[in-house]
Amino acid sequence: MANETKKPALYLAEYDTPNALAGAAMKVRDAGYQSWDCHTPYPMHGLDEAMGLKPTRIGIISFAFGMFGVALAVFMMQYTNAWTLDLANIGAGYPLVVGGKPPGAFPSMVPIMFELGVLLCGFATLFGLLGIIKLPRHNHPIFESDRFDAASDDKFFISIEADDQKFDLDRTKALLESTNPAYLELIEEEVL
Amino acid sequence: MSSYDAPIKEIGETYLLPEGTTANDVTETIAGVTENPAPRGWWLLFLLSLSVLGAMGAALAYLFYQGVGVWGNNAPIYWAWDITNFVWWIGIGHAGTLISAILFLFRQKWRTSINRFAEAMTVFAVLCAGLFPAIHTGRPWFDYYLFPIPNQMDMWPNFKSPLMWDVFAVSTYLTISVIFWYVGLIPDFATLRDRSKNMLRKRTYGFFALGWRSAHRHWQHYERAYLIFAGISTPLVLSVHSVVSFDFATSILPGWHTTIFPPYFVAGAVFSGFALVMTLMLICRTVFKLQNIVTIKHLDLMNKFMLGTGLLVGYAYAMEFFIAWYSANPYEQWVFLHNRLGWGILDENGNWGPLWWAYYAMIFCNAVVPQIFWFKRARTSVPIMFIASILINIGMWFERFVIIVTSTYRDFLPSSWGMFHPTLIDILTYLGTFGLFFTLFLLFVRWIPMIAIAEVKGTLPGAHPDLHAIETHDEEPDAAAAPVPAE
Repeated sequence: MANETKKPALYLAEYDTPNALAGAAMKVRDAGYQSWDCHTPYPMHGLDEAMGLKPTRIGIISFAFGMFGVALAVFMMQYTNAWTLDLANIGAGYPLVVGGKPPGAFPSMVPIMFELGVLLCGFATLFGLLGIIKLPRHNHPIFESDRFDAASDDKFFISIEADDQKFDLDRTKALLESTNPAYLELIEEEVL
Repeated sequence: MSSYDAPIKEIGETYLLPEGTTANDVTETIAGVTENPAPRGWWLLFLLSLSVLGAMGAALAYLFYQGVGVWGNNAPIYWAWDITNFVWWIGIGHAGTLISAILFLFRQKWRTSINRFAEAMTVFAVLCAGLFPAIHTGRPWFDYYLFPIPNQMDMWPNFKSPLMWDVFAVSTYLTISVIFWYVGLIPDFATLRDRSKNMLRKRTYGFFALGWRSAHRHWQHYERAYLIFAGISTPLVLSVHSVVSFDFATSILPGWHTTIFPPYFVAGAVFSGFALVMTLMLICRTVFKLQNIVTIKHLDLMNKFMLGTGLLVGYAYAMEFFIAWYSANPYEQWVFLHNRLGWGILDENGNWGPLWWAYYAMIFCNAVVPQIFWFKRARTSVPIMFIASILINIGMWFERFVIIVTSTYRDFLPSSWGMFHPTLIDILTYLGTFGLFFTLFLLFVRWIPMIAIAEVKGTLPGAHPDLHAIETHDEEPDAAAAPVPAE
């Protein structure tokens, strides 16, 4: 199986039911593994607890950038429509008096403050999400498995990666076997 | 964990899908649409839409060659079909966000069957809408003036103008809708990737799936991100049509200068959007045989939404009249009695308010037709709801036409009165946007999963683990037998 150009990448165990997966996940969690994951075709509720995951904090990014968008909108509108300040020589502000309103009238700026806040919040959530989950990444060794295609259909998987400190070819295999998987395989990746 | 895969109250305490449906059935049914040869109906509709799109191309080419004068707009009706169509299409888009975001926040799980579909509709409708103001500027190659780009003329947009607010609202709405739609699609692209037999499909879907590997550590953040998108889309969708209504409400023109406009426009937008979702859904579930996923109970619920928003819109129509009377403003009363109802003094040709028919068409389609949905038999009859949804769409187009044209064509001074007649190019541009919309839409149903595969699977009975059951009976032999090093 293993030759010189390959090294173990991960163990992949397949389960048929959500309960079997969650039970196995609890065991892997209790065994103290860190670099492992469950793979399910849809977001499965209860796995956070079964895997012992901390709550996600992506909302902080969204909120911060949303507020930044609001601030940016205020600055943009005050700078372009109300100030005479000339920052870095790009387009000096030009106080624009329309309908006798003061150039920096605040109420008329609320809609754009809201829209830019939402826009930046949306972008931050998208790119924050991709940053946290480290995607796009098209070349994961887990795709070497033929059976893994079912992870996006109707089967459930646990993968334990070889870079986990507790990873051990025999002990990890024994742990996964004790969870009665429908299928268990060692996936190897090429050594670069 | 039972609340996620429990029977759904709103569709009569049943599961979203018939009992016995497996996750694999869901994948096969939905992904199959993109894999099997297209039904003949699809080709017919696609070629038809493409032809209509071509007609729009010809109309626009002529328009760019001649200038916007080829439209019927002229003093005093500077806004006519173009802005009517803009508001109408934007409104259509609102149902998509309502279904995908607001119903998500309210935990209406039945939405899962229709949300993807409605989101796609939002994106395409907003694209069609954006076309009109972009052309109506007269010189579309200067449209970049609308954005605050530093330039050698030191010229900035006027941010106190509601038209500028509109630019920001609509472009934000389009961007967020596309992102929301795409984020929802990532896991489903992965499903299609994993099922692909040939390399081109695998590469293409794989590219858009971003290497998604269904990992729970990803799902965890993904679900929260999805919730945040729903949370920001909800006020966004309410703001967009409010801002569109400000285009009118902040002016001093009788018939436009009305404080009821923001909620009135939002209700109308949801109303017309639901009607178009209904029209398209009825066609698609027949052509692609999706009756098991989009059941008659879903349609029943959507009809109730149309009834509810239809009543709101009817209330707004009545309230406009009340305020016109209560304000004691003769110009306001003139607009409502003469321009809209057709009563009052004769014009130079001996006619009474010549655009009266648009108002009665609007009242019939928007306030009278939806009343049929009080009856369960109408709410569950496909032909009736199909016809009603089309009538409502027509009525909502007339609503915008009534607001825009019948307010402007006879305002303060009889000497400045005018009349609007659409030109052939007006008609072709409007019909042409249907070509654009349906071409994009048909490509969508053919190549992209039109129902959210992953979300539907999460509603199947037993889709989520019962942790208590596992913890209580699984403690014994296996855990002890596991040869885990004690570190």
